[in-house]
This record gives sequence, structure tokens and C-alpha cells, in this order.
Amino acid sequence: MTNTHEPTYPPPRRLRPWNAVEKRLARVGITGRMLVLAAPLLWLLVFFLIPLFVVFGISLATKQFGRPPFSPLLTSEEGTVQLTLHLNNYIRLFTDNLYVAAYLSSIRIAFIATIITLLIGYPMAYAIARAPGPWRNILLMLVILPFFTSLLLRVYALTGFMRGNGVINQFLGLFGIEPLVMMQTDFAVYVGLVYTYLPFMILPLYTNLVKLDASLLEASADLGARPVRTFLSITLPLSLPGIVAGSMLVFIPAIGEFVIPSLLGGPETLMIGRVLWDEFFSATNWPRAAAVAVAMLVVVVVPIMLLQRAQGAVVEK
Amino acid sequence: MLRRGWFLPIAAVLGFAFLYAPIVSLVLFSFNENRLVTVWTGFSLKWYGELFRDPQMINAAILSLQIAAIAATIALVLGTLAAVALVRFRRFRGRTLFSGMVSAPLVMPDVITGLSLLLLFVAMESMLGWPQGRGILTIVIAHATFCTAYVCVVVQSRLSDFDRSLEEAAMDLGASPVRTFFDITLPIIAPALVSGWLLGFTLSLDDLVIASFVSGPGSSTLPMVIFSKVRLGVSPDVNALATIIIGIVAIGVLIATIIQLRARPKKARA
Repeated sequence: MTNTHEPTYPPPRRLRPWNAVEKRLARVGITGRMLVLAAPLLWLLVFFLIPLFVVFGISLATKQFGRPPFSPLLTSEEGTVQLTLHLNNYIRLFTDNLYVAAYLSSIRIAFIATIITLLIGYPMAYAIARAPGPWRNILLMLVILPFFTSLLLRVYALTGFMRGNGVINQFLGLFGIEPLVMMQTDFAVYVGLVYTYLPFMILPLYTNLVKLDASLLEASADLGARPVRTFLSITLPLSLPGIVAGSMLVFIPAIGEFVIPSLLGGPETLMIGRVLWDEFFSATNWPRAAAVAVAMLVVVVVPIMLLQRAQGAVVEK
Repeated sequence: MLRRGWFLPIAAVLGFAFLYAPIVSLVLFSFNENRLVTVWTGFSLKWYGELFRDPQMINAAILSLQIAAIAATIALVLGTLAAVALVRFRRFRGRTLFSGMVSAPLVMPDVITGLSLLLLFVAMESMLGWPQGRGILTIVIAHATFCTAYVCVVVQSRLSDFDRSLEEAAMDLGASPVRTFFDITLPIIAPALVSGWLLGFTLSLDDLVIASFVSGPGSSTLPMVIFSKVRLGVSPDVNALATIIIGIVAIGVLIATIIQLRARPKKARA
């Protein structure tokens, strides 16, 4: 007996084994939710959170020759387990001027670079948010494109631009202007940071500004406020979450930046990412590098929390 | 209607000029015949030829592409699961910790991520005997970890703005959550998955700092080779390489943008 005239629905057999598996797991108290969560949770615990504790642990060791090149924290001898914690790395951080100076100058450089990036990025984000529809996506793509291009290669492109016989100086030379020394200076580091992190500033600002209700601006203008006044009392306060999110996205990675100061900065450009790198690769003092990293984490924890709150606010509105 | 001033357009044009001028000059000078990268003497493709005859560069490029493909794929799975958990499971124990762990790698300074993973690998090796030494495996793990965060952000935003009633309808018709995910959710978030994977792939391909910490002898990635060359000064074959990479990335971003725009025309126009 065949019923060819009736539409035949294939039985939902494909994922039936799943149901059986699910039922069996549910009996031992494991739900589908837990399975979805388990893989990313375990991965991030093992490869993100635990490593931070390992860094803290090793920062309390001291350098010694061998493999690995640091003293063990726990030693057992004749049935007694001994925990040896060395605080000398942290003491050095506070007493050695190199580290103190490096932290202060990293914070200063990252802060100034963030302000400059904000001043350049805000008008750009606003211009993109106010651009007519089709233009908006094209401009946004132009912002995202450099973000996808290698940081290393973009910094390299800058060196070709700012070198003694680079593009800028050749251009100035056309007008008979003496070549400027730009490479290996703090100036070059600022240019590098602003150049690299500009997209990080523009994207959250854009997300924030594009949702700005234009009728508020019109109302303000109708009530006789001039554009500057309208900007200061309406646009600026409403875009505060975007400003905070963008600024933190620039400030936090800029603090620990390594590539930019080492390719663009001079020997006197002190940044903590570079100090950590040298401590690890040149001096092979792993515990000291770990202590530098812990101190850097302490510096960026507050900005990271600010960022989390601001991002929530940007997404909600 | 609001008055349109001149300030914003001019600021935008100058800003984009700042973003693109160095890249454009880099691309132009990759076709320069002269070894002095900044003096234009004539059109030539010889640096491209030189690039493809450099076994160190070729090997590093192949290694980097392999690592990027594997790391992006792992990150795609983990990041999607994390995004589903964060968007669909309103409340669960440890949510704050979980969402913190997902988003923190986005902003964690590279030197900290690199150092912490290296120290973890060393500790694991001495305690568990795994991973033995450092190389491709450890770089893949490190890259997959930070790419997971990026994939999660991209997928999360897609998941949170699509119509949930489709999923509910499927469940009402008797589909299991797993079936609903594969038949309804997955096709809808597919564009985000593509761009998440591409993002992970390019980020892995770009990374210098983290890879330097967790790589071992004989596993130098492309950025590591470029960095050691660039440190010694400008070399035209790096210009050629950069031009190729920028070209590939530009095409990739273009495709990803078109896919994303096609996928959400109804919403974008509203």
C-alpha cells in the first residue's frame, strides 16, 4: 500500500540520538545548559584566569639558573613542605627608579595619547554617524579596515613616513624646509599610538552617537541654542558612555604597548611593556617580569572595570 | 533640519587621510625599483620576486596561516557557545565571572597574556608533562583564547538582535533545543560566524607579542620574522609582503561587510 498523493514528511530522525543523550545526562543532573557552558568556561578558566594566578605565584619566586629559571615555591624535605615566598621583586619595583619611572611614563604617554585620539576620533565618529545612510557603511568599513590590518605592518608604514628621508621630510624639502627628526622620539610614539588605536576610539563612539535622537538637537536649536551650546549641553553628555568606552579601549592596551615604543621610540622612551619584554627576553628574569606584569594588572584593573560599565551603557541605549 | 557645518566633514577627511596616507605610501613604494625605499626610481616587481625566493618568509607565512586557521576555528566554536550562554541563559551561577573572563582578553595588554600563558605552559609541563615544549600547539592555544573573546562579541550582538519568536516557534512545534539551534539559530547567525572567524583569523595572523612568548625554537611566525627584519631598518620586501597582506585583508573585509549588509537589510533600513 502506497500513498503517493500525500506529502511525506521525513521523520525528525536526524537528531534523535541527542534526545536520548540528553535524557541520560539529565538523570545525573547535567543539563543541556551546562554542556553549552562547560567548554568555553573550562577553556577560559584554564587558559585565561589560572595563568594570571600562576603569574602571581611566580612573581614571588626568585631567579635561579636552570630549567625553569626560577626557584620553586614549594619544596619538600624529609616530610616537611616548605613554602618560600620572595618579596624582593616587588621591593625592587618600588625602590628601583627604572620601574617607577617606567610606570609613570607609561601612564602619562597612554593618557596623553588617549586624549589626542579622542580629539581626533570624536569628530570622525560624529561625522560618520551623521552621514547619509549608504555613506555611513562605507565610512565605517574604512575605519574597520586598518583595524584588521596588522599592527606591526601599520607601525612599519609609519616608520617609512617619518624617517629622516621619509615621505614627510621629502615633502617638506620641496618647500626648502629642513628635515625634521621624528623617529626615535616620544613624538613618534604618540603618533604611533594615536594612529594604531584610532579605530578603537571611533567604533564605540559611533555606536553611541548613531543612536542619538536628532529631535533633541532640533529642539535645542529651536529654543535658540547655538550649535556649540547644543553640543556641550546635549550631545556631549549623552555620548559620555561612548567616550568612556572608547578611551578605555585606547588607554588599557596603550599602557602595555610593546611594538610601538620599540619600533618608533628612542632608547629613552620608557614604557612598561618594553621593560617587561626586556626583563623576560634579555635578562631572562622570569619572576621579575611576572612582578612587573602583576603591577601592570593592578594599574589596568580600574580602567577595565570602567570599560565594562561603559560598554553595558553603550549597548543598552 | 540642522545646519550642517564644515567642521565635521573636514575633520573626517583629515582623519581618514591620517589613517590611510602611510598605508598608501607603503603600497606605492613596494613597487619601487630602488632599494632606498623612499626614493622613487621606477616601477618594478622585483621585491615581490625576492619575497617569494626567501624560504624563511615562506615557511613563516605557511606556519602563520595554519595556526590562524586552527585557532580561529577553535575560537569560533568556543566563542559561539559562550555567546549563546551569555545571551540565552539569563541567569546562572558564576555569570559575572564568566562574562568578565570572556571580555577581559579583549583589552588585556598582550605582554601580560603572553607571559601568563608561557608561565602556565611551563608549570603544566613540569606538573603534568603536557604540553611538551613549546611550538605550534602552544601558539594555537594562546591565539584561540583571545580570539574566543572577539568571536563572542560579534556573535553576541547578532544573537541579541534577532527575532526570538522563531526559536520559540520551533520549540513549540516540538524541536529539541539542540535541533532548534542547528535548524533555526545557526542559519540566522551564520553571517556573524563568518565575520567572527575572519576576525579571529586576521588577529591570529597579526599577533607578534603573544606568539613571541609562547613559541619555541623552530616555530617563528610571520610577524616574528617581520619584526626581526624591521628592527634592523626598512626593507623593501617587507613592503611587498605588507601590500599582499593588506590586499587580502581588504578583500576579506569587503566580503564580510557585504555579507553582513545583505543579511540584515530589513533592520538596517528601519
